[in-house]
Amino acid sequence: MIARLDAWCVAAVALGLAALATAPVADGGWMDVPALLGVVALTGIVCAASVRHGVTALWHSAVLVLLVVAGAAVSLDVVHAAGEQRVGPGFWLANLALWAVAWRGIDGVAAFRCMEPGRQKFFDLMVPAAFGLWLLYLWEIGVVGFGVPQVLLPAPGMIGERFVGSLDILWSDFRQTFLKAVLGGYLIGCGSGFLVSILVDRVPFLQRGLLPLGNMVSALPIVGVAPIMVMWFGFDWQSKAAVVVIMTFFPMLVNTVTGLAAAGAQERELMRSYAAGYWRTLFKLRLPSAMPFVFNALKINSTLALIGAIVAEFFGTPIVGMGFRISTEVGRMNVDMVWAEIAVAALAGSAFYGAVALAERTVTFWHPSYRERR
Amino acid sequence: MSLTFQTADGPVYALSDIDLQVKHGEFVSLIGPSGCGKTTLLRIVADLEQPTAGRVEVNGVSARQARLDRAYGYVFQAPALYPWRNIERNVTLPLEIIGMAREERRERARKYLELVNLGGFEKKFPWQLSGGMQQRASIARALCFEPELLLMDEPFGALDEIVRDHLNEQLLSLWAKTGKTVVFVTHSIPEAVFLSTRIVVMSPRPGRIIDVIDTNFPRDRTLDIRETPEFLKVAHRVREGLRAGHSYDD
Repeated sequence: MIARLDAWCVAAVALGLAALATAPVADGGWMDVPALLGVVALTGIVCAASVRHGVTALWHSAVLVLLVVAGAAVSLDVVHAAGEQRVGPGFWLANLALWAVAWRGIDGVAAFRCMEPGRQKFFDLMVPAAFGLWLLYLWEIGVVGFGVPQVLLPAPGMIGERFVGSLDILWSDFRQTFLKAVLGGYLIGCGSGFLVSILVDRVPFLQRGLLPLGNMVSALPIVGVAPIMVMWFGFDWQSKAAVVVIMTFFPMLVNTVTGLAAAGAQERELMRSYAAGYWRTLFKLRLPSAMPFVFNALKINSTLALIGAIVAEFFGTPIVGMGFRISTEVGRMNVDMVWAEIAVAALAGSAFYGAVALAERTVTFWHPSYRERR
Repeated sequence: MSLTFQTADGPVYALSDIDLQVKHGEFVSLIGPSGCGKTTLLRIVADLEQPTAGRVEVNGVSARQARLDRAYGYVFQAPALYPWRNIERNVTLPLEIIGMAREERRERARKYLELVNLGGFEKKFPWQLSGGMQQRASIARALCFEPELLLMDEPFGALDEIVRDHLNEQLLSLWAKTGKTVVFVTHSIPEAVFLSTRIVVMSPRPGRIIDVIDTNFPRDRTLDIRETPEFLKVAHRVREGLRAGHSYDD
């Protein structure tokens, strides 16, 4: 097993040697030769040692991952130090070598299996985390190494600096857009969608009358609705919440109506045989069996709400809010600030979605997709 | 009593001229090929279906009133347990609807789960149990509110023969212990003969009763009686009846 996978290490050593050969001679080339030599040598040693001494796969991978971290640190240092001079092909070859080592290392971590759920969880989480960090790293060296103009794409390091430097602005934008408009609109939209769906389910003519109407409203373009909502509800967050309500209402309505029909015939007849009335059947059978559908809507809406609120802020807002900040900072060419807002939106959106998904797991633990796999 | 379904292709005579009396404490099996209306008949008794003509009485009141009085426990072909409730809470579901106190509900659930040999599985969820255990839990659920009448619609139809034999024995001893009236739908001849005090043979198109056979095996019989001549005689008569009413060729 180890012998086969170590093709990656062999590739890394070969690429590293190629980089060493290229680096000093390339035109304008700049490479930290001793550091690169170190990485190549260590990779070779690790790969040879693991084959000869049968080191456990996890230790093998751990050493490789540490090697990659060290190599990446040197590489970042080099690329920033080179600055206007630019790095040469040797640098990119060396990074290809690093990539091969990283692949081999994370492959080992991903294959890790153990009986302790806590430890297993940690290693399971490490893989996507490492993947994300690696993408950020590639972004950083790519942008800096190729000298991409800041207006087109700022480096993640720069965005990070701006993020940390303007935490107060970001927080007030977050509070305005997310805590007020998104959450408020989401709760009202999902809540009313849920209640109306019960009504629609109970009153058949509403199903024929209201569902097409709801469908139409949800098909309205947000850029058309947002200015109207601003006229109706004013510049502050209420108009954005209204846009979010319009966006989230319908998915919730349709999903819950479908969910309420999801209970099986025998399960319903069972309630009937107990002479259980409408409300009892609703609470004891139909709502529980509708929960997977309700959570589906909650998840869809969690991302829709954020998009809706941010876009709605493009059509009139007080001088605070994530959408407002994005539209003004783009105009001022402060692209790093725009990216910082995007980062906030990404973090908030993921956390929001994650929280809903976690609640889903707790509530619909019985659903086949969440049953303990054993 | 009869029932006609109005379908797009014209009326379907699901049941015609059904006249049947079930006495208290009897174990009556309805047997017949698919489409003979045996399940429909059971559903009419349970007031899950209404006859188009005629009258059904359950314990001296209309089927609807009997349902509202919770006079029967119904066991479906599938266990129909709610997956978000554990076994105990599934069994106590009818008790919750009746409005029984929590402690008493628990006590009942424990008692009836013990009766169907599921003691100790209270906290398990239905999907963690085998098919046979799930069906036993559904029987406990039908028994726990102590109805006079147990209506069973091919409860073991989906189970393999070994589990089925085992559950047949358990059901029989359960019936002997509780003295309930049971109406049992099946399409298995040995199952019907083994369990019943009376076998109602039905035939399709239109669904009708073509023979009613009394059996008199001792109450504490075991599966071994299936080898005895009397058993085979009754089974033969059931088979003859089914063959006579067979109308698949036309």
